[in-house]
Amino acid sequence: MAIFPKPSLKLGKNLKKRDMPEGLWQKCPECGEVIHQLELSRNLKVCPKCDHHFTFSAAERIQSLLDPDTFQEFDAELASVDVLNFKGVATYRDRLKSYQAKTGLRDAVITGFGSIEGHRSGLAVMDFNFLAATMGSVVGEKITRLIERSTADRRAVVIVSASGGARMYEGMLSLMQMAKTSGALARHAEARLPYLSVLTHPTTAGVMASYASLGDLILAEPKCMVGFAGPRVIRETTHQELPPGFQTAEFLKEHGFIDLIVHRRDLRSTLARLLDYLGA
Amino acid sequence: MKPAPLDFEKPILELEKQLEELRKHSKLQAIDLEREVKSMEAKIESTRREIYQNLSAWQRIQIARHTARPFALDYLREAFTEFVELHGDRLFGDDQAMPAGFARLGQYRCVVLAHQKGRDTKENIRRNFGSAHPEGYRKALRLMRLAEKFQLPVVTLIDTPGAYPGVGAEERHISESIAVNLREMMQLRTAIVAVVIGEGGSGGALGIGVADRVLMLENAYYSVISPEGCAAILWKHRSHAPEAAEALKLTAFDLKQLGIIDAVIPEPTGGAHHDPLQTALNLRAAVLAQLDVLTKKKVSVLLEERYEKFRQMGRVLEPGMG
Repeated sequence: MAIFPKPSLKLGKNLKKRDMPEGLWQKCPECGEVIHQLELSRNLKVCPKCDHHFTFSAAERIQSLLDPDTFQEFDAELASVDVLNFKGVATYRDRLKSYQAKTGLRDAVITGFGSIEGHRSGLAVMDFNFLAATMGSVVGEKITRLIERSTADRRAVVIVSASGGARMYEGMLSLMQMAKTSGALARHAEARLPYLSVLTHPTTAGVMASYASLGDLILAEPKCMVGFAGPRVIRETTHQELPPGFQTAEFLKEHGFIDLIVHRRDLRSTLARLLDYLGA
Repeated sequence: MKPAPLDFEKPILELEKQLEELRKHSKLQAIDLEREVKSMEAKIESTRREIYQNLSAWQRIQIARHTARPFALDYLREAFTEFVELHGDRLFGDDQAMPAGFARLGQYRCVVLAHQKGRDTKENIRRNFGSAHPEGYRKALRLMRLAEKFQLPVVTLIDTPGAYPGVGAEERHISESIAVNLREMMQLRTAIVAVVIGEGGSGGALGIGVADRVLMLENAYYSVISPEGCAAILWKHRSHAPEAAEALKLTAFDLKQLGIIDAVIPEPTGGAHHDPLQTALNLRAAVLAQLDVLTKKKVSVLLEERYEKFRQMGRVLEPGMG
């Protein structure tokens, strides 16, 4: 008989699971490491232990990519309209208001001109924190304007995507943003200007089936989820087992879709080098 | 044979049964029930009108999904002539969910791209329920390039619940196949007319839906997400699909008002499946009218107008615009 009782693993697990003090510490969902916010921010929101890439806000991304003081934002005031007067369990109006309050953003993308190690570019960054970065009229319009301005100013375009897809609260108007943005990219391509698409966690559905897939080069952050349909929908429709690593950046690279998987800390220098090759 | 009735059509059926009884009775008993029969007929007509003139979005979706509704190949037989099906994307395979090829419409030699659904299980397996794989979209693109090279107008017939959500489709990059079509259709140097004939399921529909003119049959629907999918997310249950259908503004009349489509093609009372031939004639006339206009335009004008058409879609609040 043991002298000491067997330690209760359950209790230990529970202790570990206990919530962290709000705001100061964050637990890595991948390896369980508890990281101080300051350290996480200093490390570009990448887990120092396992390299898990946390959600990066649009503002953080812009700061990490552009040369200091080169960012010139466009259309910051553009806001969504509840055209359909959408009433579900929550109204579109209420959803917009609560996300605007929560994120301090007006909608799900920030666009503007800036320089990446001296390469004058048009940059759009989607922010997954705002309504899952779904694409409605504002996202489509801001991205289209950015592409058109970049074409007129003979600049490369870099779009950092993350999105749950089209924004159903705007019905077909949101679906049409796919055609609109793709049209603007067609004209940008016709002017022989480079477009680099960067996929981050997660990039799916309507955004994936439009500009995110149209880069001259397509880059992705490690292990980010990339796909058209969600895994649950696929499982329910096909009753198929999903292969291991399905819909990750690595899986898509293996299947010939992604040019490069780039660690967040190397994204800026990689983009600069690629833009250099493309003469932008 | 009469098509299977939908739930909301039951009152009409009920009355028709009563009329039948009345007639039988009159014949059997040799009583003159002329007046009763007349009034019953009038009642049927007014009930019919009442129902079909006030169809909800959800009821229209039932009509759009009716298995007796004419499908793309029916229109290719009835509205077009001399259809020659062409196969394969020259990359991977031939997608049976998206038949395509040459067909004549009046004086026009066209390239037609279509989604095709099946009426029974066997046919549906072959057609994958009208859900195309990347091969379908890439075959469509190959034939659009052909149309461009030989200056043939392109007509697309849209009828899909959506692009296929499956492992193979993802492995072969269904998103990319749709995205490339959007970009290339925007620049294709020939006239394009798209017609939503049944279900316009999101990106899968748009993948052959960028056009100079987008038309819709009266009871077709075109939506960013299926009403069931929308209900599952926003109402937490698929049973709220009728409310979602209403909220999404996905009917032909709603979309005409929103400026998403250019014209609504009328269907016979009760829907296309009550008179497929008449529907085919309506579709034929509507597409011909558009081709008459579009084929006279210079390609540069066509492309400019096509770009502008999609460019102005969307509503935003702009500061300083009141």
